[in-house]
Parts: sequence; structure tokens; C-alpha cells
Amino acid sequence: MTDVGTLLAGARQGRIAYIARLLSIIENEEPEAADIIRLTYAQTGRAIVVGFTGPPGSGKSTLVSAITALYRRTAARVAVVAVDPSSPYTGGAILGDRIRMRERYLDTGVFIRSMANRGTSGGLARATRRVVGILDALGFDVVLVETVGVGQQEIDVSRVVDTVCLLTIPGAGDDIQAIKAGIMEIADVLVVNKADRPGADETARDLIQMLTLGSPRLAWRTPVVKTSAEDGTGIEELIAAIDKHRAWAEESGEARRRNADAMRHDIQALLQERVLQDLATRVGKQKLDDVVLRVVDKTLDPYGAVDALLRD
Amino acid sequence: MKHPLRVVVAKPGLDGHDRGAKIIARAFRDAGMEVIYTGIFQTAEMITRTVLEEDADVLGLSILSGAHLHFADEICRALREQAAKEVLIVMGGILPPPDIPKLKAFGVAEVFGPGTPTSKIVDYVRNWHAAR
Ligand SMILES: Nc1nc2c(ncn2[C@@H]2O[C@H](COP(=O)(O)OP(=O)(O)OP(=O)(O)O)[C@@H](O)[C@H]2O)c(=O)[nH]1
Ligand SMILES: [Mg+2]
Repeated sequence: MTDVGTLLAGARQGRIAYIARLLSIIENEEPEAADIIRLTYAQTGRAIVVGFTGPPGSGKSTLVSAITALYRRTAARVAVVAVDPSSPYTGGAILGDRIRMRERYLDTGVFIRSMANRGTSGGLARATRRVVGILDALGFDVVLVETVGVGQQEIDVSRVVDTVCLLTIPGAGDDIQAIKAGIMEIADVLVVNKADRPGADETARDLIQMLTLGSPRLAWRTPVVKTSAEDGTGIEELIAAIDKHRAWAEESGEARRRNADAMRHDIQALLQERVLQDLATRVGKQKLDDVVLRVVDKTLDPYGAVDALLRD
Repeated sequence: MKHPLRVVVAKPGLDGHDRGAKIIARAFRDAGMEVIYTGIFQTAEMITRTVLEEDADVLGLSILSGAHLHFADEICRALREQAAKEVLIVMGGILPPPDIPKLKAFGVAEVFGPGTPTSKIVDYVRNWHAAR
């Protein structure tokens, strides 16, 4: 197998297969993953990273495709990371977001990668953050992240992207209820997509009203943008809203705070993993097997078993 | 922990039937694989790009149209030049038997005729993976 140094050098020169290989190593948490992170981390933080979330079928992939075309007018390289769910039964997945991005396939300035969430909740895969970081470090100017199409729990996306766009569609009363129920907290920009359909104005009005009623989360006033990913209406305005949010986040210190929050989360997760691993090695299989037997024989209770294991 | 195999399922050509491709995509998924499904109207170049960007282990081509030789040749050649690893290429569809040796010479590992049970195709991919 090609070593990390060669992969990185090739990837930096834009060799697609090498970029893709690096992402897989990260995604699969192969032993070389830590080296790749070590060698790229200092170069992260330059890309514009935008997330697109919202219910299934709201047009996330189509919108990502349309906005990619516009970003490409000014950005040399755009990467897309699209996440779809894995089957909880087989671990398999059908990753179908690319279908809607067909018009971007032959643009050499665009790199598209599909990811299965591999059982992680929150709309993204465990490795999505790190995958985005690699793409950022490799010099992609813009990285767009499409979450799994789920209604309510996409909270994790704000730990990965600078700006979260939450999609809804005209007349989606239930979606708006869901937005009220809390998703609004994580939306930096609200998008009424499929605005070529009737009812977009009403939906936008409802959202704006809701936003004025709710207690403002921050000094940021969440804008509502109407788009049609199909005919291109509103995409310029959406980019303007994203830019504005980005500028505000930089200026206000929110970007830094958010990044620190994400990093804390990441480090804690890694720490937990490492401690558990260390602990498992220290305890050893033999001792574990022994206490399991005693618990089964009812000469020891489960809490007592943990005490016994940690004592030696 | 072993990661799931990544499989690109593509339906090159201009004819609008992707039923076969969808069936095999589902069979791969049910076998625990991650299937990147790209739909119809794919050119050889689009398919190659997808396989490379997705770091796919396997490419399944579902072909009904007559352009199978051209597609297979172009894709096999491009992947040999540009891939960072070995990619298993399998093909399904109505293909004239005399063409099969030609396809294999291009680099197609196996060709599955119409009516092949999906389990046979899935097993073929699994065995290939296990043998590596
Ligand atoms: N009329 C109209 N249709 C749209 C628009 N955007 C997307 N669609 C259609 O909506 C359907 C779903 O679009 P996708 O882009 O696949 O939606 P998605 O949110 O990515 O779906 P999942 O990834 O499955 O959650 C497709 O048939 C699109 O053609 C739009 O602006 N207007
Ligand atoms: Mg999608």
C-alpha cells in the first residue's frame, strides 16, 4: 500500500485517487489516520465550510449542486461531502446524493465524496469532521457538507461547519413545527427551497414571524432565503447570506467559540477512546473472563466486578 | 475492524432503464456494502471520476445498450492509469457471448448474464474480497 507521505504529496498536487485514499484512511480509522491528521492539521482553517441539512427530499443535494456551480465562479476548488444513513441491520448503505450532482461530475475543480453514517446519529458520520479537515488542508477553497435527511437531531453539524443552512419547503407545516421545536437553534440561515412551487412566500413569512417571536440565540439574526435549486433562483442571495454569517461569526468571536467547542468535543471523544483502550489492555481478557464467570455464578455482582477489575 | 466494501453501481448509456442496476445496488447494500449509486446517463469519464473520488473497491456496470465494449475499454484503461489500488470491475446485462473474452481482456473480471441471481454476484464480490 502507498505510504502516507506519498499519498499526501500526490493529493497536494491534486491526484484524485490519492485524495480519496486519504479520506478512506480517515473514515476507516486505519492506523495511519493519526499521522495524516498530524501532518495536515496546521493547514486547516482556510476553507469556507457550509452545511446543508433538512428533511429527506427537501432538495439538499440539488441545492448543493447548484450552489457549487456558483461558488466555482470564484473558487478554484470546491469539495462536497454528502452523508447518507447506513442500514442498522446490515451496515450496508445506498449513497444516492451524487445522482443530483451529475452536472458537476466533469468539472475538474469539483470533488464529491459520499459517506455512510455507519451508525452515528446526529446527521453525520463519526469521521465527517476529520474528512472536512483534510479537504480544507489540501487546499479546497469551499467544502459543502450535506447531512443525512433527518428531521430533528442534526445538532452535530454545527460542530463541523462554519455556517448551517437549514432547508424547508413550501407548505411543510410539520417541518416548521420541528423547526420550532428546536432545530432553529442550529440554523444560521433558513432556506425555503423549491420556491418555484406555490406557498413559498407564506412559508417564508411564517418562518420570519417565528424568528421574531423566539428569543434570539445570539446577536445574529437568522435570515430566511427563498431558493429554487431547480431553476437557480435565490442561489446568489443564499451565498450572500452565508458570506454575511461568516463575516459576523469572525467579527463577533462566535467562529472561534464554536471551533473551541468542536475541538473540546473532539478531544474528549478521543480521550475517552484512548482511556477505554488503555483500560481494556490493562485489565486484560483473562481477568475480564474471570469476573464474568463469577457474575454468572452469582458470587459477584456487576458493580462488584467493575470494582474488582479497577482495584488491581 | 474491517470496513464495509465500497461499490459504485453505474448504468452507462442512454437508455432509461435502471431497474437491473437498482436491484443489484440493493443486493450489495443488503450484503453490508456501501453502494454509491449514480443512476443512468453516465459517460465513461463520469464513471471513472466517481470510482476514483469514492475510493471504490468494486465497480458494477449494468449495461443494456450496445456500447459495452467502448465503455469497458475506456473505463478499465482510465482506472488502470489513475486508481491508487486494484478495483474489481464486474458487468451485468445482455452481452453477446463472443464479446466476453474481449471484455475480460480489457480488465473486466466477470460478466453476469440476464437472470443471474443477485446472490451469485454478491458471492463473487465477497470471494474476491476474501481472497485478497
Ligand atoms: N420543484 C423543485 N424541485 C426540487 C428543487 N430542489 C430539489 N427538487 C427535487 O426534489 C427531489 C429531491 O431532491 P434531492 O436534492 O435529492 O433532496 P435531498 O434533500 O438531497 O434528499 P435526501 O438526500 O434523500 O434527504 C428531486 O426530485 C429534486 O429534483 C427545487 O428547487 N424545486
Ligand atoms: Mg441528498
